[in-house]
Amino acid sequence: MDLPKPNSEIIARKPQIVALLQVVLPDDAVIYDEHEVKAYECDALASYRCPPMIVVLPSSTEEVAAVLKICHAEGVPVVPRGSGTSLAGGALPTADSVVLGVSKLNKALEINYDDRYIRVQSGRTNLSVTGAVEALDFFYAPDPSSQLACAIAGNIAMNSGGAHCLKYGVTTNNLLGVKMVTMEGEVMDIGGAHLDAASYDLLGLICGSEGQLGVVTEATLRILHKPEGARPVLIGYDSNEVAGACVSDIIQAGVLPVAIEFMDRPVIRAAENFVGAGYPDVEALLIVEVEGSEAEIDEQLALITEIAKRHNPVELRESQSAGESAAIWAGRKVAFGAMGQISDYMCLDGTIPVSQLPLVLGRITELSEEYGLDVGNVFHAGDGNMHPLILYDANKQGDLETCEKMGAEILKLCVEVGGCLTGEHGVGIEKRDLMTTQYTDVDIECQLRVKDVFDAKWLLNPAKVFPLAATESRRT
Amino acid sequence: MMKPTSEVDLAEAIASTTGPVRIVGGDTRQIGNPVKGEVLNTSGLSGITLYEPGALTMVARAGTPLMEIEAALAAEGQRLPFEPSDMRAIYGASGQSTIGGVVATNSSGPRRIQAGACRDSLIGVRFVDGQGQIVKNGGRVMKNVTGYDLVKLMAGSHGTLGILTEVSFKVSPAPEASSTVMVEGLSDTDAVTAMSAALGSPFDVNGVAHINGRTVIRVEGLDGLVKYRAAKLVDKIGGVVVDFDWGAVQNIGDIAGREGDIWRFSVKPSDGPKLGAALRAAGATEVVYDWGGGLIWALSPKGDDMRSAMGSISGNATLIRGEGHPVFQPEAKEIEFLNTGLRAKFDPRNILNAGRMG
Repeated sequence: MDLPKPNSEIIARKPQIVALLQVVLPDDAVIYDEHEVKAYECDALASYRCPPMIVVLPSSTEEVAAVLKICHAEGVPVVPRGSGTSLAGGALPTADSVVLGVSKLNKALEINYDDRYIRVQSGRTNLSVTGAVEALDFFYAPDPSSQLACAIAGNIAMNSGGAHCLKYGVTTNNLLGVKMVTMEGEVMDIGGAHLDAASYDLLGLICGSEGQLGVVTEATLRILHKPEGARPVLIGYDSNEVAGACVSDIIQAGVLPVAIEFMDRPVIRAAENFVGAGYPDVEALLIVEVEGSEAEIDEQLALITEIAKRHNPVELRESQSAGESAAIWAGRKVAFGAMGQISDYMCLDGTIPVSQLPLVLGRITELSEEYGLDVGNVFHAGDGNMHPLILYDANKQGDLETCEKMGAEILKLCVEVGGCLTGEHGVGIEKRDLMTTQYTDVDIECQLRVKDVFDAKWLLNPAKVFPLAATESRRT
Repeated sequence: MMKPTSEVDLAEAIASTTGPVRIVGGDTRQIGNPVKGEVLNTSGLSGITLYEPGALTMVARAGTPLMEIEAALAAEGQRLPFEPSDMRAIYGASGQSTIGGVVATNSSGPRRIQAGACRDSLIGVRFVDGQGQIVKNGGRVMKNVTGYDLVKLMAGSHGTLGILTEVSFKVSPAPEASSTVMVEGLSDTDAVTAMSAALGSPFDVNGVAHINGRTVIRVEGLDGLVKYRAAKLVDKIGGVVVDFDWGAVQNIGDIAGREGDIWRFSVKPSDGPKLGAALRAAGATEVVYDWGGGLIWALSPKGDDMRSAMGSISGNATLIRGEGHPVFQPEAKEIEFLNTGLRAKFDPRNILNAGRMG
């Protein structure tokens, strides 16, 4: 993966730029020491690193606006950063950039239970949004795996999902409004506590724009009352195909579970070794969770287990207690970490039509043999959002490159069968060069023109999302 | 009149035309300023192109009648989650609503409060821009963050950014049962309090309206589940379980056919009663609350300004039927700058539904 060549003329002006930033920010909010900026050299796509020129940590929307005005006037690229948990390299700096971290913007500003929203500063972590409202049994629905650490700013940038979006939707379906600062330093409110835009749906456009259209400093988020209860059932099958068919039948049956999670044998074993969840040693495991009162849960689970039984499961375990529910989820929740114990891995995020699950899983197995790299599958099956984990050895020469090649083949396959490159992680730098497999030049040009409107000088996170060749004339 | 029968024909027609174009599906959602120009009829771009009930996905050409889509979904026990409204009575129109028109106006009914708007179910679009280029965005899978989300931008853009040719939806299972709890005689303020209590409950209500002094709350799902939840709601806010025709809310049946202007307001629900009172003081003869008080429909004497009743309340007002006032809420200048910029990029010749949105 290439990064654009840093502009040496900008780097040469570093002392002047630091001095300008120090005028509008407290001293400790401008980090420019070459050792200290290394803390910001990568996000969760840690195989790519590049220390930025400067890091700024503003504490208010006004400070963000002042920083952006300076960078705009000075022609300095800005890389916005939430908590740095992007798996796609969304917050990866370039050597000539200013990283704008929103971590100090972490307050809950307003909670309104009657109108069911919370207004927070964008650096607040996902889980602490729910934390602010759970005393009254409310919650914020999108729940990415990194929710303990990831910031709402990053969730908005990537339009993050999670395990429960089959019922509750992803970030864009739960975002009511933002306060955003453009690259020129202009502050604007888009949306609010009311529903639907007066004219164009700019809020929908900003969500998922990977920090390329503006820096979001505040967000108004929809909160919901928790259901009375929730209970999972664990279903094991001796083939991925049958598990895939079961998922499809459940969805069609008219009962919409809040989550349908899928794990294959490598992941089941890793999770079992890691946490001892009591998983059976089967080819494929489904965790299906439903919500409601006890009686409602019984009624829904009866329907689901009846469907599951038609496919001859080798294991069917309905949770009978809170402890058993926790055990069923325990392995799934640690799945990524457990795989990380075994090996370095690359986590893909392609989404496919649910009907294509058996075909794609089969082809991934073939590719695994072809490339000589093991793969584990753990994903949100209800919505077809796959997360193949390709195992590789970072210390072995050429292994990462082989892994990336194989990953690209899987993602191309996802597009071929009617899906997409990324369901919830974003394009970042990771899938930038694959955009042309999903979109024509015209499709891409149309998106580039949107950025032209918001950021005419192409200074905000400019080297992401699109193939570098497609954006070169705009960036330079 | 242009009536292309394929996306390619449409693209060529737009690329070669010089004059303004007025896009027409079924002509049943006449929201916005009148548009001059050659009519472009989308009825030649019709038909469901893909329907996978097991994946909750439907793809259809933009000119497909809404009725055809709803019938196909019903045959599989599914439906559009967002409950688009039938606006024919409002405009005295007799045509067939098309799915493209539903998307272009982001039409959403009572279930919007729980299941989201049209834009929330829309997962992919294909359209022809103002220069006759074919653009696609999104796709047919329900989770997709690949590139910018132009899908949302196209929803509710009233044909001013491109001519939709194909749209994809995430659909949902149709419920086994539906039940409505009704409380009569509440003031607007008490009604919004009751509706907020229902929406803030764990019972997953998906219709919450206050119309003609009746406050109605709907739950849907498996039969036993619905009975249980309705009983719980009665415990919480009072009232009784009744049969109720939600068309009265979805299509504002009681006021749609009556004389006068129709305004639509989107505000924070708790601001609803204050706005309702201000609207009545300003001359509105009927006020209907949907979305728990956050959506207000008002019937008012022809030509009277109802938007100013909002005062300092934030939100937006749309003049759905009537003349003499801006149809859409004027935006702040920095938002207007972006809107104008986008329009110039998507339709640089300003020929698609020019002036529709002001």
